[in-house]
Amino acid sequence: MSTIVNGAGKVVDFVDQRITASNWLKRNLRKVFPDHWSFLLGEIALFSFIIIVLSGVFLTFWFKPSMAHIVYEGGYAPMRGQGMSEAYASTLELSFEVRGGLLMRQVHHWGALIFLAAMSAHMLRVFFTGAFRKPREMNWLVGVTLLFLGVAAGFTGYSLPDDLLSGTGLRIIEGGMLAIPVVGTYLSSFLFGGEYPGDDIVSRLYPLHILVFPGLIIAMVTAHLMMLWYQKHTHWGGPGKSNENVVGAPFFPVYVAKAGGFQFIVFGVIVLLAATVQINPVWFWGPYDPAVVSAGTQPDWYVGFLDGALRVMPPLEFEIFGHPLTLSVLIPAIVLPGLILTPLALYPWLEQKATGDTREHHVLDRPRNQPVRTGIGVAFITFYVQLWIAGGNDFFATILNVPVNWITRFIQVGLFVLTGLAFWVTKRICLGLQRRDRDLVMHGRETGIIMVSPDGEFSEMHAPLEQGDAYSLTWHERQAPYEPGPATDANGIPNPNYRTERRRARLSRFYFGDVVQKPTADELEAAHHEGHHAVESGHEHDELTSGQQ
Amino acid sequence: MSAKDEDMNGHSDSTAPAHRESDTPETSPAEPVADPGLHHEPDRLTDVDPRAERRAERQVAGMFSLASVLIVASIVAYVVFGISPDDPEQPVSVGDVQISNFALGITLGLALVLLGAGAVQWARSLMTSPEVVHERHHLRADDETRQETLDAFETGADETGFGRRKLVRNSLLGALALLPLPAIVMLRDLGPSNGESPGEVKKHTIWGEGVRVVTDVTYQPIRAADLELGQLVNAMPETFQELEEHGPERINSRAKSPVMVIRMAPDEFEIPAGRENWHVDGILAYSKICTHVGCPISLYERTTHHMLCPCHQSTFDLADTGKVIFGPATRSLPQLPLAVDAEGYLIAQSDFHEPVGPSYWERGG
Amino acid sequence: MFSTPTGRSGRTRRRTLSTWRRHPLAAVFVLIAMLFTTGGAYAALAPKSEDLQAASSTKIQEGKELFAIGCASCHGLGGEGQVREDGTVIGPSLIGVGAAAVDFQVGTGRMPMAAPGAQAQRKPVAYTDAQIEALAAYVASLAPGPELPEEQYLDVSEGNVARGGQLFRTNCAQCHNTTGQGGALSMGKFAPSLTGVEPKHMYEAMVTGPQAMPVFSDETLTPEDKQDIISFLKSVEEEPNPGGLGIGRVGPVAEGLWAWLIGIGLLIGTATWVVTRSSKS
Repeated sequence: MSTIVNGAGKVVDFVDQRITASNWLKRNLRKVFPDHWSFLLGEIALFSFIIIVLSGVFLTFWFKPSMAHIVYEGGYAPMRGQGMSEAYASTLELSFEVRGGLLMRQVHHWGALIFLAAMSAHMLRVFFTGAFRKPREMNWLVGVTLLFLGVAAGFTGYSLPDDLLSGTGLRIIEGGMLAIPVVGTYLSSFLFGGEYPGDDIVSRLYPLHILVFPGLIIAMVTAHLMMLWYQKHTHWGGPGKSNENVVGAPFFPVYVAKAGGFQFIVFGVIVLLAATVQINPVWFWGPYDPAVVSAGTQPDWYVGFLDGALRVMPPLEFEIFGHPLTLSVLIPAIVLPGLILTPLALYPWLEQKATGDTREHHVLDRPRNQPVRTGIGVAFITFYVQLWIAGGNDFFATILNVPVNWITRFIQVGLFVLTGLAFWVTKRICLGLQRRDRDLVMHGRETGIIMVSPDGEFSEMHAPLEQGDAYSLTWHERQAPYEPGPATDANGIPNPNYRTERRRARLSRFYFGDVVQKPTADELEAAHHEGHHAVESGHEHDELTSGQQ
Repeated sequence: MSAKDEDMNGHSDSTAPAHRESDTPETSPAEPVADPGLHHEPDRLTDVDPRAERRAERQVAGMFSLASVLIVASIVAYVVFGISPDDPEQPVSVGDVQISNFALGITLGLALVLLGAGAVQWARSLMTSPEVVHERHHLRADDETRQETLDAFETGADETGFGRRKLVRNSLLGALALLPLPAIVMLRDLGPSNGESPGEVKKHTIWGEGVRVVTDVTYQPIRAADLELGQLVNAMPETFQELEEHGPERINSRAKSPVMVIRMAPDEFEIPAGRENWHVDGILAYSKICTHVGCPISLYERTTHHMLCPCHQSTFDLADTGKVIFGPATRSLPQLPLAVDAEGYLIAQSDFHEPVGPSYWERGG
Repeated sequence: MFSTPTGRSGRTRRRTLSTWRRHPLAAVFVLIAMLFTTGGAYAALAPKSEDLQAASSTKIQEGKELFAIGCASCHGLGGEGQVREDGTVIGPSLIGVGAAAVDFQVGTGRMPMAAPGAQAQRKPVAYTDAQIEALAAYVASLAPGPELPEEQYLDVSEGNVARGGQLFRTNCAQCHNTTGQGGALSMGKFAPSLTGVEPKHMYEAMVTGPQAMPVFSDETLTPEDKQDIISFLKSVEEEPNPGGLGIGRVGPVAEGLWAWLIGIGLLIGTATWVVTRSSKS
């Protein structure tokens, strides 16, 4: 036995005698983790969260969450003599008078942007591959909660330095709250401790930002990982991989080395960004002053879609019982986040309605084999990105040299037209890819060799696929739309559930009505045996695997 | 986890494709292609060539060693590239901060990347672990266990008599339902404890009859005769200066009372009924607080008399009662009625006639 | 709310303050300067001596000739402006715009205008300094208007940067952005970036209100306020970015793009390497 194992053995022995650790370790040390780059998106999120916590702790040693008014006499010359809050002054101190303070501030902020970007990318991966299906719906919900908590943590952090951008962001939040009927002014007054902006908000957001939200995130991440661990990771389909097994590298040592190594790489990339690219230079924005605003005022990217929605919403205000109901604020600021989050959270169950499928799924879908789901996903991205662009419409107007009004008008239309178009185009592309897969399986790969038949007909020789390749294209399930059955049974007795079933059938047809099915064994047989003859009507690839006649 | 998970299995043939088919609906046609079984990854160069193996080893060790060097270098950078000026009274040199940030970050960042890359490269090229296949277990517990769990619940419920002892149960539930109330009640003082309701407070500012209009930041009174056509002045009420520097009152009134004073030729703007004497020779004052969600705006376009909000692009026409001509705002900018005092300085006739800033419930229709 | 960081507010500052402003004669001096500025237009017209008059009338004559060739097609021979029958302005009237407006518009290359658009753009200057001076003299002779700024207010080493920053954020940043990067206005108009603009032109822009920009006259924004603002802008322009690349100093949109394209892009690239095995035999 090597010394390392000896050393580890002593530790295991100690722990084992107290909490029977061997039992658990024996089962888990060689746990299988499948490898694919897209499985690392969640890891990027996790690791960037860790570095956010570490750098955040550093920042708390200097940052003063106070809005007490002081006159700056610190080290940054262009601010000397300016009135400002202690929060802003201590942010300047961190940036200019603490060695490594600016680096940690930049690590913290870049880490936050990347944390949220990685969570979003991870969620899209899970969506497009169907990894949210049973048995992982609970983990999907935890993930949606994490995304929400991440945005909340990010926004509260953005508001802490009490610079011009953070104060303006809070003012927009206040405007959104005021639009809430009946209780709006009260909510705002309880948040700000009276009138906006007061001198309480920074010290109130501080505990939320450094304790409540990160604490909840840590709790949720723990639950997320425990479920992942227990259920085992999904994997891609292919030879030797099925719904009943999981294929990959053992947790110890390969996964530990790779994930551990990747953790340091994520840390390293964020630190390198912080060393070379400036982020949130609050000393340029100036201290918050409620009578001042800057051109190009924007929130961080993850709130950009909400700001964009506020920008493109047409002016709408009604009067009810002598009170204003400001829909132009209420809809984008309050209703829209709910409209996005609720279907997102409930999507696994929505799709279950269409498939009627209650089995466990551990093999990932190729996005093309779920044309409607993929279409919905791309449509959502299109919708979201347009709102995001709207949130920076003045920035893009300057870059592209077009009037900002045009961008707003374009997006007002595009939110409906482009989103719908994106769904339709994506679905068509998926169906096209499915058709190509089917052709590949049936007729083989194009070889580039042109044959001339005795009749003088030109055709390209096709080489059959390897069995492994063909299996990779055909392992997925056939999806036939659900049929509701007759309204009345053979005896003429009406089916009591007919209406529900018909509704389900309609949804199912929407999902699976025009998917291109993989060939059946018979069809494939026919294609192989009949050789070069047309097997299927309506296909361009009439020429088959060879030209021998 | 069930016992069969513990099987370590490097062989592909153990996976039975038949499993899958048992799951698929019976009506479905036969699968066209059979599973050929797991495809083994070919040997790596480092598996077969000892020289390649040694090279990889050196590579990984090199990365770890270089990481050590860089970690030490980052400490050196911390000490060498200081940022505090020799004379503590002197301001910090921003260039020094730039150098310190770069030196510290680049050494630390590269060290981290190398540390990570070394570990990954070790796994990629040297670790000999085979690809492993584990069977999955069905997540649903077997019927017997489920029944036992249900039984345990029932036994427990019986033992408490939770169903029978309604008085105990209901009084417990009642107490538990009340428990969150103190937590909510005790948050009451987050909001203001006395004075006007939050909707009422929003209805007035510190502007009032005879309050002089002064330039912002410098607080100089503005002589009407000094304003040129096309002029913009960001202004505040003179009384603002008198407010206590500390405490929320000053900053709160700063959020409500800023105005912009502009001058147009008298024939350039519409004067609605009731506002005939609100301007002084074409000098008008509008609230700076956007009626959409409250950004302070003063992006005044002299030629078109349009006022744009940089936050959400609501555009107001100051030549026509401050009405909205583009963007999401629903209300005109409130106008402050102006007059001149005996010395020729601009003063307010009164407070705004409507609340400034975004719409809110108590504001009235 | 935020105290004015000058000696005038009663507090004394250690550094970065221009000391002359605290001089007992400063107020007198400012008063004289203001009188001079407001009276400047008359000064240009009112002959001071035979020689000066002769020199300036030659210059005006020279300017008039240049004007007839380069400017009159839009602004009219007498600078009275031209308007089409449908009301669209071909060239606005230049009567009363003053020498400062000419120096700004021609000196930054905005005039002569290359093509009609939402707003005249900065481009290479078409005239020599002497020609610009002559044009300015001619236009100033049409009617009184803002004069060229005095040298002493253009000395950026003398201004109070902190106070200038506060004035800039209050009066200018809403259009030009807190770091002077510029920004979009309505319908294709824009506030230009202030990076690299000469102090003289900044001053002239404030007093004349070129294009859609409003006027910030010397009465409400004193020459020393303007000097502070210009000093602040020059200080921001020269200040290095301590955090690394400035990525435009425009804040969150650029940062978000970097986080996605560079941050996530780089990490996904690395991830594809992490999940592979080293090269095959």
